Amino acid sequence: MRAPPARGSAFLRAVGAVVWKDLAAELRSRELLGAMLVFALLVLLIFNFALELDVRTRSTITAGVLWVTFVFAGTLGLNRSMAVEKDRGCLDGLLLAPVDRSAIFFGKAGANLAFLWIVVAVVLPVYSLLYNTNLFVPGLLGVIVLGTIGYVAVGTLLAAMAVQARTRDVLLPILLFPVVLPVLIPAVKASTGLLQGVPLADIDTWIRLLVAYDVIFVVVAWWVFDFVVEE
Amino acid sequence: MIDIRSLVKTFGLKPVLRGLNLHLEAGDFVALLGPNGAGKTTLLRILASLARPSLGEVRLAGHRLPGEAAAVRRILGVVSHQPLLYGDLTAEENLRFYARLYSLPQAKRRIDEILEMVGLDRRRRDRVREYSRGMQQRLAIGRAVLHDPLILLFDEPHTGLDQEASAMLDGVLRQVAGRGRTVLMTSHDLLRAADLASRIDILSGGVIARSLTRGQAEWDDLPALYRAVARG
Repeated sequence: MRAPPARGSAFLRAVGAVVWKDLAAELRSRELLGAMLVFALLVLLIFNFALELDVRTRSTITAGVLWVTFVFAGTLGLNRSMAVEKDRGCLDGLLLAPVDRSAIFFGKAGANLAFLWIVVAVVLPVYSLLYNTNLFVPGLLGVIVLGTIGYVAVGTLLAAMAVQARTRDVLLPILLFPVVLPVLIPAVKASTGLLQGVPLADIDTWIRLLVAYDVIFVVVAWWVFDFVVEE
Repeated sequence: MIDIRSLVKTFGLKPVLRGLNLHLEAGDFVALLGPNGAGKTTLLRILASLARPSLGEVRLAGHRLPGEAAAVRRILGVVSHQPLLYGDLTAEENLRFYARLYSLPQAKRRIDEILEMVGLDRRRRDRVREYSRGMQQRLAIGRAVLHDPLILLFDEPHTGLDQEASAMLDGVLRQVAGRGRTVLMTSHDLLRAADLASRIDILSGGVIARSLTRGQAEWDDLPALYRAVARG
């Protein structure tokens, strides 16, 4: 038996190991990211054909369309990311490791966030082309980063909960969408404000709310993850 | 090394373990037999800190569960029905991942040793999903002993293996047990259990209904004894 290392470095090493494992596995299979990207682009296309909009109306719905796309594609990714852990009993393998279980949560959330940000990086230019809308607005990327952090934090927790059930594919969106609303509403409001050129001071409240919900969701998820994954 | 007293585990109102007592000294190799649903896997999951006991006292190497679960996990290796391996990673990558989770020093050397031990050195760069069931199970044992644990829990490790793969697995199990580690293995294969273990415990009715040490007269007629005990 080997000597245990310092707690803090072991925690960070475990978080890094889980992120590395998810990225390396995805690089091989391309199952999760491929599905997320195809789904996100399909959502954009459907909106493109469904909504024939003038320039003014377009500026009011852009944020909504973007966030719906991120959330739908993200849910697909969250489900798959946890299903991989369940398939060969790998979740047990993670839980058997002598690390704080919150390290597993942060590792999984970190990888999920990376996948969602790749989707964001593809969706933004495609949306700009399809809708002829400039999305390279200062601050928008910051709001997207804040919104996705809160969404992924609560999504990873609920995916860990849903994966125990036989109906996990259906269960996750039913659990996630109502819970994540407090993050989505300020994210959409702040994004709309930025795209319409509203001064930053006027959307300051939404951004503060977004930061507050991010902190709450990350802390709560970190706190309860251990109970969620244990029988 | 393993000390369980009056262990009770219920799922809802249904009791699975009803005041079970079990004691293993360091170096013991105990085979736990019992019919389906007797609670063998439940017992192993409690020992592995994957499930909480409803009542009773569970200690591994002096660490109490569930309170000192992190300390227990460090000295524990588990092989279950499933391999706990990632299909899209290679054997080497899987072991490297677990080595990082366990913060193993000199991980590369240890991984080389393990792959050699389980006979997968030449297939180290193949994805695990391309492995046969037997190869996956050997790698699962390699994963379980990677951090050189004091206690090993095997939950029906021969499930789904053909004769040749089972024999190869027996060799690996003997090699692991031969290093003085404490082993608790559940099985449905009475003859294989009798061949490998130094003691056999039969779980029935939520308790250890019969315990048999190698050398006792009934050891040679284990199937008959098992049928009698399992029937209650």
